[in-house]
Amino acid sequence: MTTALNPKYTFDTFVVGTANRLAVTAGRTVAENPGSAYNPLFIYSGSGLGKTHVLMAIGHAAKKLAPTLNVEYLTLDEYVEAFHAAIAAGQGDAFRRRFQNVDVLLVDDVQFLSNRKEMQSELLRLTEALQGAGHQIVLTSDRPPPEIADLDERLISRLSGGLVVDMGVPDYETRVAILRRKAEERGTTFQPGVLETVAGLEFANVRELMGALNRLVAFQAVNDQPINAEATKQLLGAAAGLAPAMAPGVSPGPGVSPGPGVSPGPPPASGDEFGAFLADVTVTVGKAVEAWRARVGEAVLRWRGEGYRTHRLERLLEQETPPAVDEAITQFVEDVERLKALEAEVGQLDPQASGDSVFRDPERMAEAEEAAAQVRAGVAPPPGPSGAFPLGGYAVGSSNEVAVSAVRAVLDQPGKKYNPLVLVGKSGLGKTHLLNALGLELARANGAVVACLSTQAFIDELIAAIDGNRVDWWRARYRRVTALLLDDIHLVAGKERTQEELFNLFNLLQDRERQLAFTAPAHPNTLTGIEERVVSRLEGGLVAELKEPDRAIKRSVLERLLAGQNVTPEPALLDYLADRPTDSVRSLVGVAQRVVAAAAAEDVPLTAGLAREVLEGQAPREERRSGGFRTSGIVVSSLGGIKSREKMVWDWPEVADRLIEELR
Amino acid sequence: MSLVNFTTREITCKIVYYGPGRSGKTTNLHYIYGRVPDSRRGRMVSLATQTDRTLFFDFLPIDLGQISGFNTRFQLYTVPGQVYYNATRRLVLQGADGVVFVADSQARQLDENLESLQNLQSNLLEHGVDIRTMPLVMQYNKQDLPRELILSTADLDDALNFRGVASFSADALHGVGVFETLKGVSEMVLKRLAAGSTA
Repeated sequence: MTTALNPKYTFDTFVVGTANRLAVTAGRTVAENPGSAYNPLFIYSGSGLGKTHVLMAIGHAAKKLAPTLNVEYLTLDEYVEAFHAAIAAGQGDAFRRRFQNVDVLLVDDVQFLSNRKEMQSELLRLTEALQGAGHQIVLTSDRPPPEIADLDERLISRLSGGLVVDMGVPDYETRVAILRRKAEERGTTFQPGVLETVAGLEFANVRELMGALNRLVAFQAVNDQPINAEATKQLLGAAAGLAPAMAPGVSPGPGVSPGPGVSPGPPPASGDEFGAFLADVTVTVGKAVEAWRARVGEAVLRWRGEGYRTHRLERLLEQETPPAVDEAITQFVEDVERLKALEAEVGQLDPQASGDSVFRDPERMAEAEEAAAQVRAGVAPPPGPSGAFPLGGYAVGSSNEVAVSAVRAVLDQPGKKYNPLVLVGKSGLGKTHLLNALGLELARANGAVVACLSTQAFIDELIAAIDGNRVDWWRARYRRVTALLLDDIHLVAGKERTQEELFNLFNLLQDRERQLAFTAPAHPNTLTGIEERVVSRLEGGLVAELKEPDRAIKRSVLERLLAGQNVTPEPALLDYLADRPTDSVRSLVGVAQRVVAAAAAEDVPLTAGLAREVLEGQAPREERRSGGFRTSGIVVSSLGGIKSREKMVWDWPEVADRLIEELR
Repeated sequence: MSLVNFTTREITCKIVYYGPGRSGKTTNLHYIYGRVPDSRRGRMVSLATQTDRTLFFDFLPIDLGQISGFNTRFQLYTVPGQVYYNATRRLVLQGADGVVFVADSQARQLDENLESLQNLQSNLLEHGVDIRTMPLVMQYNKQDLPRELILSTADLDDALNFRGVASFSADALHGVGVFETLKGVSEMVLKRLAAGSTA
C-alpha cells in the first residue's frame, strides 16, 4: 500500500538555496525531533521543485537517526485507495489503527483533497490522532492549505497549525549549483560557461532544468565534441525563452549620484528576495515565539483533553511576555494532581460528589479543598455505639452466658467466627447493652468504623437519603464500616426498600469479613414481615438467646446500680428486690430507682421495709412526690382503677415545661 | 508600542531607516516595495518635495502573513535626512523597534554621517531609549560608486561603527544589500521576542 522511499532522495543529494532553505531546515528539524518540532509540517511549492525529494529525505533522515521508527510515505491517492479498499473489506478500523501507529507519516500531493469531503474528514481525524499521540505528520501540496479548493475549515486550521513553508523557484546560483551537481552525478563535464548559460535560461522548474541538462548530456555524448555556451543557447533556445538572470547581481553602472529615490530599480523578476526574507523571518519568529507558546499550547490541549479547565494556561498565551512559563505549567500540573487526589478521595466517600466540576478547575483549588472537607465531614462514620454501655458493666449470669461468650468469641475473631451474631430475647434483658458493648470493643481496633444504631434510625436515614437523592452517598457511608450492629432488626418488617438495601449491604460486608450483629425480640424465623432471604441470612450465623435474668444477675445488677448512686444497701433490701417477680433487668432497675428516689425524697435510709412500703403499700403522699420530681400532676388514688402501682409511670415529663423549653 | 500582541496574535515591527540627507533611505524602501508581491504590501506613502526629497516621511507596510500563528507585519519608515526636520525625525522614531542607519559611503559625506548618528542617539534619548539597547544595523550605501569617491566598508566601520553592530555594504539603487540589511535588523528585532519570552 505504501511506497518505499527512493534511496536517491536524501538531504545530501538536495541542493539548498534561498528558495528552499526554510523547507529543508524545517524538514531536518522534523526528522531530528519527530512529533515535537513542527507538527504537522506542510510544504508547498509548484510542481518539480523538490517537494517529494524533501519529503522522502525527511523519511530517510528520521530512519537514520532512529532506525526503529515506523516511517511511511504515500501519496494521498494511495491513501484514498487503501482507505476505500479497507472500507470495502470491512476493515476500516484496522486501517485507522494501522496509520495511527506510524511514527512519521509522509503524505504527498494532498491538493487532491479538493471536493473529497469524506477523505478530508478522514485525514482530519488521522492528523488529530497522530498529533495527539505525538507522532509526526508531514504533508506536501502544490498550494497552501487555504487555497486548496473546498477544503474543510477545520482541516485548514489543523494543517496550518504546525508550520507551513513553501519552496520557491531556485535562484540563478542555486540553478547553477544544481546543474553542476547533476552533471557530476552523470559523470559529464561541460565547458566553462555552458551550465551558467543553461541556468540563465528560463525554466519553470527544476524538473525542466533537468530535462535540458539531459539533452546537453545526450548531445555531447553523440557529437564527441564538447558543447560550448553559444551552441547551448541555440540547442535549448527553442525550449526556453531567453531570460535575464533573476538575481540582481553586481551590474550597476557607476552613476555619480544615486539620483532621486523614486526609481524602484529593475522590475522584480520574482518574489525571490522577499521570499528569502520571509523565510528567514519565519524561522526567527518560530524560534522566538513558538518555543514557549508550543509548550503552553500542548499543556492546554492535554489537560483540556482530560477534562480540566485550562483558563489559567490560556491566559498565559494572552500575555505579551509570560514570565516563567515552565513554572506556571508545573504549578498547574501540581494543582491538577491535587485535584485528582481529592476527587479520588471524595469518590470513595461519596460517588455523587466526585463528579463535581469543582474538581476539574485548578482555578478553584480552595473551593475543591472545601468541598472535599465537607464530603469528608458528611461521611463522618455512621452512628457508633453508645459509651454508656461498656462491656465491663454487663452483669453475666447463667441466663445470658451463652450470649456473652458468643460476643467474646466475636471479639476474638471479628467477622470470622459468628457472622452475623443475632442476640434474641425479650425486651429489657440487656440486648441493647450487649450490642453496644460489642460495638465499643470492636471500635477499639485500629481503623475500625463501627456502625451501631437502632434499626429505626437506619430506616430513617435511608428515607432521608432517598428524599435528598443521596442514596449513593448513604450506601457508601455504610459500605465503609468495619462492623454493622443493628438493634431491633424486627423493625424492618414490611420495609421492603430497607430490606433490599440491608440485603445488599449484608452480602457486601459479609464478603469482606466485616462483623454483623443484630438484636431481635425473638428468633429470626419467627419474625413476620421479613423477606425469607434476609431471615435466612440472619439465621446463618449464631443466634444467641438472652433469658430472663436469674437471681444472681439481679443481685449483681442491683449492687452495681446502688453502688453507682453511693448507697450501701442492706442485704435484706437486695434479697427483697431480687426476689420480686420481675421479667427483665430493665423493670428491676426501674423498681430499684423508685425505691431510691422515695428514700431520697423522704430523707430516710434505704431499707427493705421502705422498699416494701413503696412498692406494695399505700400511694406516696402528695407532698412527698413534689420533692424534686417532675411529675405529670396526675394523682391516682390507690382506690382507683389502677391495681398495681408498679405500672405507674413516675417520671413523666412536665409537658408545660417542655413547651417553654422549645419556645425558648 | 507593543511588538507582539498575543491577544490579537499580531507581530508588528516598526523599523526606521535613519541617516543623513540623500544617503538613500527612500531608495531602500522603493527597492523593497518593488520586490514585495502586491498582495503583501500596503500602499507606500511617500511625501516628497518637488525635487524628490523626503519632506515628511515614507511609510511602507508589509504584511508577512501568518507566521507561527501570528499575523506578522513590518512597518518601514524613513525619516527626512535634512537637518532642519528634526521634529519629524523624532516623531517617526517614536516607538521604533529597530533602526537601520543608512550611511552615505562618499568620503565627503562622512561628517554628515557622524552628525546624523549623533542626532539619532540624542533623539532616541529624548524618547528615553538608550541607543545601545535598540536593535541597530549600519548600511554603507553607494558602494557602487568609484573607489576614489567612497570610503571602504572597513574605513566606514572604523569611522561610524564604534558600537560594533552588524554592518552591510549596499547599492540601494540596484538592490544590492537591501534585503540583507532588512533581514539583519529584523532578526535583531525578533530575537528580542525570544529574550522577552524567557525572561
